[in-house]
Amino acid sequence: MQILLDIVSWVLLLAGSAFALIGAVGLIRFPDVYARMHASGITDTLGAGLILAGMMIQGGFTLVTAKLILILIFLLFTSPTSTYALANAAYSRGLQPLLGGPEPDPAALEAADPASAIPGQAESGSVGSVSGEDKSS
Amino acid sequence: MFFAATLAILIAMGLALARALMGPTVYDRVLAVNTFGTKTVLLIALLGFLTGRPDFLDISLVYALINFIGTIAVLKLIKYGDLGTVGHAPKGEP
Repeated sequence: MQILLDIVSWVLLLAGSAFALIGAVGLIRFPDVYARMHASGITDTLGAGLILAGMMIQGGFTLVTAKLILILIFLLFTSPTSTYALANAAYSRGLQPLLGGPEPDPAALEAADPASAIPGQAESGSVGSVSGEDKSS
Repeated sequence: MFFAATLAILIAMGLALARALMGPTVYDRVLAVNTFGTKTVLLIALLGFLTGRPDFLDISLVYALINFIGTIAVLKLIKYGDLGTVGHAPKGEP
């Protein structure tokens, strides 16, 4: 019985880790703020949910499991709220979603973030080339 | 097995930090920091289980709340330029 619970919790932990990694890779590779919000939602729902469920099975019926359930409830309430606030702030600032065309509007990027040009080029040449590949592909 | 999950969370945190450093707009950076905070909550909980001290879950619980409040505060600061204003959105009637 203990072996069975261990196996189930390992499977849940590994699946949650895989979803967290997939969300992080999507956060790197997607071309737009709104698409990146979509990728970050994987980490917030399935990654956190599966990992916390795996830890709940390891914890058993104790105070630890109650705290884990509280963490899960807080995450499930706060992460859609903050993502909604982020999308609302970005859209009301005039950042248009990327529809069809591969090239984001440079004027909108400039208007949305006037300070982005200063730290970008000096310290990270390879990072700049990666984002250049993203735009051209 | 907790070790593998911790390692995966650490790699994902590194990727989110890379997006926070190279994000073109400031909203990319806020989104990456928010994701980084969610992963930090999971990392603290996993480290508590890994070292056999589940008392870390209290810190993880507090971190989940502070992460949310911090994200909302940073967004308000970006949108209005001031944390004290009782602002309304310029064109955003729901």
